[in-house]
Amino acid sequence: MTTKLFGDPIPRVEDDRLLRGDGQYLDDLGNDALEVAMVRSPHAHARILDIDVDAALDVDGLIAIYTWDDLDGPLAEPLPLLIPHPTLTHPRMPYALAKDEVNHVGEAVAMVVATDRYVAEDAAGRISVTYDPLPPVVGIAAARAADDLVHADVPGNVAARMRQSNGDADGVIEAAPHRLSLDFDIERSASTPLEGRGVLARWDTESARLRIWSSTQTTTGVRAAIAARLELDLGQVDVIAPDVGGGFGVKIVHPWPEEVLVAMAARALGRPVKFTEDRREHFVSAAHERAQKHHVEVGFDDEGRILGLSVRFWHDNGAFIPYGLIVPIVTSTQLLGPYKPGAYTVEFESLYTNTVLVTPYRGAGRVHAAFVMERTIDAIAAELGLDRTAVRENNFIQPDEMPYDHGLLFQDGKPLRYDSGDFPASLEKLKKLVGWEEFTAFRDQARAEGRRVGIGLACYVEGTGVGPYEGGHVHIETSGKVKVATGLTSQGQGHKTVFAQIVADELGVPIDDVEVVTGDTRRFPYAVGTFASRAAVMSGSAIALAARRTRAKALRIAADALEASEDDLEIVDGVVRVRGAPDTQIALGTVAVLSNPLRYAFDEASKAATQFAVGDPSKPPVAEGDEPGLEGRDYYSPNQSTFANGMHAAVVETDPDTAEIRILRYCVVHDCGPMINPRIVEGQIHGGVGQGVGGALYERMAYDEYGQLLNASFMDFLMPYVTEVPESIEIDHLETPSPLNPLGIKGLGEAGIIPSSAVFAAAIEDAEGIPIRSMPISPSDLFALRREQETDGGD
Amino acid sequence: MAEPTHAIRLRVNGVAHDLDVPARRLLSDALRHDLGLTGTHVGCEHGVCGACTVLLDGEPARSCLTLAVSVDGQEITTVEGLAGTDGELGPVQQAFKDCHGLQCGFCTPGFLTTITAGLRDNPDPTRDDAREMVAGNLCRCTGYQNIVASVLRAAELSAQRDGGDAGGTP
Repeated sequence: MTTKLFGDPIPRVEDDRLLRGDGQYLDDLGNDALEVAMVRSPHAHARILDIDVDAALDVDGLIAIYTWDDLDGPLAEPLPLLIPHPTLTHPRMPYALAKDEVNHVGEAVAMVVATDRYVAEDAAGRISVTYDPLPPVVGIAAARAADDLVHADVPGNVAARMRQSNGDADGVIEAAPHRLSLDFDIERSASTPLEGRGVLARWDTESARLRIWSSTQTTTGVRAAIAARLELDLGQVDVIAPDVGGGFGVKIVHPWPEEVLVAMAARALGRPVKFTEDRREHFVSAAHERAQKHHVEVGFDDEGRILGLSVRFWHDNGAFIPYGLIVPIVTSTQLLGPYKPGAYTVEFESLYTNTVLVTPYRGAGRVHAAFVMERTIDAIAAELGLDRTAVRENNFIQPDEMPYDHGLLFQDGKPLRYDSGDFPASLEKLKKLVGWEEFTAFRDQARAEGRRVGIGLACYVEGTGVGPYEGGHVHIETSGKVKVATGLTSQGQGHKTVFAQIVADELGVPIDDVEVVTGDTRRFPYAVGTFASRAAVMSGSAIALAARRTRAKALRIAADALEASEDDLEIVDGVVRVRGAPDTQIALGTVAVLSNPLRYAFDEASKAATQFAVGDPSKPPVAEGDEPGLEGRDYYSPNQSTFANGMHAAVVETDPDTAEIRILRYCVVHDCGPMINPRIVEGQIHGGVGQGVGGALYERMAYDEYGQLLNASFMDFLMPYVTEVPESIEIDHLETPSPLNPLGIKGLGEAGIIPSSAVFAAAIEDAEGIPIRSMPISPSDLFALRREQETDGGD
Repeated sequence: MAEPTHAIRLRVNGVAHDLDVPARRLLSDALRHDLGLTGTHVGCEHGVCGACTVLLDGEPARSCLTLAVSVDGQEITTVEGLAGTDGELGPVQQAFKDCHGLQCGFCTPGFLTTITAGLRDNPDPTRDDAREMVAGNLCRCTGYQNIVASVLRAAELSAQRDGGDAGGTP
């Protein structure tokens, strides 16, 4: 009997190759390609007066220099707005190369193509751009003040203003027995995958086809964008994501200027061209996230039940807004977490600043949302003198209220309707895991010893598996090997492993016979991309459905060949056999031969198939409604997202003298439904928690008033090393299945990072007795807060 | 004017390669683009992330901060040199597979070379030693939990295999 692989923590099929150094990341390809260096703006805001390339022209090895003046047709137009929204009244998009004006440090002004990157940088360094600096707008306060404008034709720097409500929150708050007014800030951080962006393009003159490799989270998106910009038929463009060295959101943006420019140059020059981003470029020319200021008004009863909640917030979208309003819309909806306030109003403004554009980074608006909501709950508990878990329990949506509709629209334009989850059960698990009830005694004892320790917890609900669709294709070859393709891309999540687990189970084949390809438009041209914790839910479901189709066809043909009833057949280790009479059998590879009425026998399977006769001789060899080949294709397109949830707790210790913050414990309870591969699930949680530590305690984009990013290197932008993350992450799972998809699964990828700022702020506040309303927090920040409190206390 | 070049010999994973390179050519670029050994990755180009770590005469070094001309004649081990001659994964590689010590795999070669040298010097590390051993390398995917576990597992595997040799050619 084939062992069921769904739920088995098997090692990953990806690893062997990557461990040998045989991975193929973008810059590992195209060793014959010309290389690109960009001339980027040193100013946050300036008019371009002149670009003088003369001094670069005698650099040995220079091939071409492009500025905006060299672009024509759609290439000269602003890059596309990917996700429009009715409230996005003033969308502004960059050009592939700046036209007349630059709006952030790092914006591409010219592209140099040369024999290698060294030479390209030599030439780029000799290009002289004359700028007339304009006043930069940096930070949310400056954007709101609007003394200066990022785009002269965008009044108030406001790209969008959006409001949603369910009930009369303001009226309810006014009448509530208790009220609080709170402000919460989150600073900028960024995905910073270890591999930056990169793109390689080959133009095949003989077949007039363009082949692109890009370190992207969406090959189908890149393909359509490049075809449109270069005025090629879609069928002339292939896009492949090779091994991708991490994404975390930033690589969903497309097309990057470099993607269209490199493609253009490859066609124009008739030679392969490659762009490999360096680390500084990634900081100043890719994308950031976070950066929001929030104001909360909340009214509640004696038990801390939230009667009315009104949130206003301001989102810094950077200089341009290619990804629309996804991040602030996610904040505005996911803020509600596992709770059901009596009435809710949320309103936000999305504001332009002269900084790098802001697009989703793992967590995507939810880190801010959880921070605001969980800190509000903690403030309510403090105000009423109630246990923080009790206030949460009093506000939870109950399991018997599922599906629960918040009466709002989610980021996909569909109702914000939770499908599953058991929040009280999750909280019980977390309290037990972290020892919530016993902590007071520990804290008191520590205090008696002169130590400061604190505990915090935070809950979240994450809309995952957002539509519109993904597809899967399963093909059983005559060798019995199973080739699987889906269009979305992988950046290290282990998709090939979990998809192979699903297919092996559905088909009854050994997992070693299953090979999965992702993100190659030649293999699967219809797809959306990898973001919003959607890959397992969307492509996993689609692949399961495609495998079921393939299985059904295999059983139909095998039943014919074996002169048995389909109902009596089973597939074990790649062989279809009659239950109870296992000698009556046929290998899937042989079934594949029979599925294709071909005249020629090429392999052993074909010869073996000659002993079987299938099909009705009175009908055509390929019967009406049938197709040759043993394969299945299907799509999964849900009506709404599926909502995963989780709760984290942290215990921290702060140094009474230095204000150093040390993590003593970190506990996670997570519900992503049934786990396909628990080992991979835990790895994803570990990674999210690690990034969350960075976002909460270390990482910030330090812009000065001139819009210069002062810490655009790994030396100064403090990404956690092993020394900064918890020594262990204790994990417990709750598996409430989703009713929405064939596998019952919910998304996972972003979960680990979402509650981090909230949970650390709560723990530090508990240790220090000082309200923590702004994250990240460094020892210096905490030290300053202590000073402030001492001064206030002295009044 | 063509850039002047220098004749050097790099001994990589036991094989000698004669190259003519400009003085400014980084060792990482020489390995990756002149020799086609693309297993060594470049994550930051300023010596902080450690993805480009190779062993120079057995000691970990940042190949992105090393000029190829400066290591003429030295013995270099890259990730491609960590598997056994029979193709079997080296103990550190196997440990990463066993413990899910990698996700996107981009930073992994630098961890593998660093740990290979670390276990040679300290074949029986404590958990604290294991953390210390990888404390100079950045990973954005794993949260390091399973990398630390991989170090300890690699020590076990090395002890099981021919008396503690952590693999590699140095």
